[in-house]
Amino acid sequence: MQIKLSEEQLLLRETVRRFAEEVVRPRAREIDASGEFPRDFYDRAGELGLAGVAVPEAYGGAGMDTVSYCLVIEEISRVCATSGVILSVNNSLVCDPILDFGSEDQKREFLTPLASGEKLGCFALTESDAGSDPAALRTTARRDGDDYVLDGSKIFITNGTHADLAIVFATVDREKRHKGITAFVVPCDAPGLSRGGHEYKLGVNASGTTELVFDGVRVPERFRLGGEGDGFKVAMSTLDGGRVGIAAQAVGIAQGAFDEAVTYAQQREQFGKPIASFQAIQFYLADMSTELDAGRLLTWKAAWAKDRGKRFTLEAAQAKLFTSEMAQRVTNKALQIHGGYGYTRDYDVERFFRDARITEIYEGTSEIQKMVIASAVLGD
Amino acid sequence: MPTVAADPTAGVGFELTEEQEILRGEVRRFAEERIRPGLAERDRERRFPAAIVREMGEMGLLGMLVEERHGGAGFSPLSYVIAVEELARVCPSTAVTMSVSNSVCCWPIAHFGSEELKRRVLPALASGAGLGAFALTEPGSGSDAGSLQTRAERRGGEWVLDGEKAWVSNAGYATHYVVVARTDPDAGKRGISAFVVPADAPGLEVGEPEKKLGLRASRTAPLAFRECRVAAENLLGEAGQGFKIALATLDHSRLGIAAQSVGIHQRALELAVEYARDRVQFGVPIGRHQGVGFQLAEMATRLEAARLLTRHAALEESGSRAGRLASEAKLFASEAANLACYQALQIHGGNGFSEDYEISRLYRDVRVTSIYEGTSEMQRWVIARHLLLENPARPG
Repeated sequence: MQIKLSEEQLLLRETVRRFAEEVVRPRAREIDASGEFPRDFYDRAGELGLAGVAVPEAYGGAGMDTVSYCLVIEEISRVCATSGVILSVNNSLVCDPILDFGSEDQKREFLTPLASGEKLGCFALTESDAGSDPAALRTTARRDGDDYVLDGSKIFITNGTHADLAIVFATVDREKRHKGITAFVVPCDAPGLSRGGHEYKLGVNASGTTELVFDGVRVPERFRLGGEGDGFKVAMSTLDGGRVGIAAQAVGIAQGAFDEAVTYAQQREQFGKPIASFQAIQFYLADMSTELDAGRLLTWKAAWAKDRGKRFTLEAAQAKLFTSEMAQRVTNKALQIHGGYGYTRDYDVERFFRDARITEIYEGTSEIQKMVIASAVLGD
Repeated sequence: MPTVAADPTAGVGFELTEEQEILRGEVRRFAEERIRPGLAERDRERRFPAAIVREMGEMGLLGMLVEERHGGAGFSPLSYVIAVEELARVCPSTAVTMSVSNSVCCWPIAHFGSEELKRRVLPALASGAGLGAFALTEPGSGSDAGSLQTRAERRGGEWVLDGEKAWVSNAGYATHYVVVARTDPDAGKRGISAFVVPADAPGLEVGEPEKKLGLRASRTAPLAFRECRVAAENLLGEAGQGFKIALATLDHSRLGIAAQSVGIHQRALELAVEYARDRVQFGVPIGRHQGVGFQLAEMATRLEAARLLTRHAALEESGSRAGRLASEAKLFASEAANLACYQALQIHGGNGFSEDYEISRLYRDVRVTSIYEGTSEMQRWVIARHLLLENPARPG
């Protein structure tokens, strides 16, 4: 066992941190308030290789490992969780399934522009009545000659307002439940595909979350990812990777809030001394630091496990469960340390506190993670 | 992205080396075959397993961090925490006996002792012919170790110790005690020194063993020093360095207690999983009920977090963040293990409240992990102090 970032990873982290501070931070508060999708941020991130960090260079990516990917998501989320999730979705939920399940032709046609940041992707699985139970989805894919025709609607699609390509899950036979689910790559300008309006959310407000409606959307067979009925496997395997990205996002949000809290506690004076000299505040900081370090190690372990090429479902679920709940506690304490100021939009901790909340929900709720972990522990 | 030449010594990896896996397997086998039999009886009778402790010495487990030239096994801190975890998984009492000798006796001698002292004392301790202990705490001085009252006065070629020590693990079975005493009453924390006191030193008395809630197969007793004479060569480091030595020793020994907590946590999870699979209520194994299954998931997740913090702190033991990381590991692992034993007992229902079930002993044993080697409150204090030093105040 060794935990020592390589020179390359240290340089990556430094580069991304500078980018985050110089490009992302100045607009973070503004896009949170307006909900305006930061497409310019995505374009510049793509130029740095951040749209496909762990995608091989042959397909337009940066060719790095998954720990490096976690460093990127953490550093971006440390200043802006919205920007963090935009990248995490493109990397984990869009590039990865094409890399893992796509044909050589599909990788050249779809993956290369996504991993290079030329195009933006989204992942369309959730429906109004199919959240934690995606096998209940109702969007249909009907075979028609050499094409498939998609009908139905998807909700809560991150990047949805601005995506160029969508990974869409639909069923070829609802009777078959999860065995009927099939994955497709769908260009978002396909006739019959329409997008809803901006979803105003508690946090990560500028991540382009919207509804996608499919009304007789026709895609050729070569846009199908894997075989008919493989979609559920594609979705589950993709979400394992997505959970590593969200774990890194949660670590980043918590780190951002923690840094603000340490600074504020030393600047703010009450009773004639910095509040950092009171034991209550010191003990909050100690607990926050401890949980943060634990969460980062769990995240890196899941990332390492992913790169070993074996199943890493348990590691990903544990990292995601722990870090998301940790981020909730850490941002809450960071806000508390800021007192009334922390409750205002003049301080970033207010945003971090709102942003952290979703990490316990998307890419599988905490309850779904616990189902996954309990089943692994019990050997079911 | 700019590219840089790869450094083969760097990287993030979580697998143990072959040597560490072999050590883990050997310690687990020893613990299952030699320590587990008779466990409940020793706990009930508060009996110290002297023969087993000697065997641990023969295996090299009592001088794990001592260099080979001083008779030790020369293991890394990571190997050490792996061994402590495996022992604690079976018997937390035996694990603390072992970790005390390694961490708070051999370790300060190896780090602060003169070459002559090391040669004289360490081979016996490391081989299991001897056993080590550490006497810092006093009846009136616990978390505030700097307020200790035991005195040591230089008289000719000897130091003469007078005072009382409390909560000394291995007392009575130890052959050597590292004792911290005040040598200059006017110099505060700089007036404290550390000594190696042989068990047969004249004037050293071992008091009645404590009757403890848990860890009953480990021995804990007070010590009294009545004009106890120790050779001048038994001073550790220099006069006045004792407080520094004590704090450095505790920074290190927290790794042992973190590892002990991880071992207890591991066993609590195993017992809870086994019970949740076998016990049927409402027609299904209770593990299938989310109220139980989700608790198992939480226990397993916190266990992994605790183990990673502990192993990472062991890897970083000579790094600049060592003190903070050791305290974080000890704080998190001990609190998580306490919670895990609570949940595991809860999953056992009424049966868990019976001495017939192993979890009832673990529930008692685990309680001290968030107290000794620095309470959780002291760990938070240490962590916060490091954090504020690492992040100096920016102008407001």
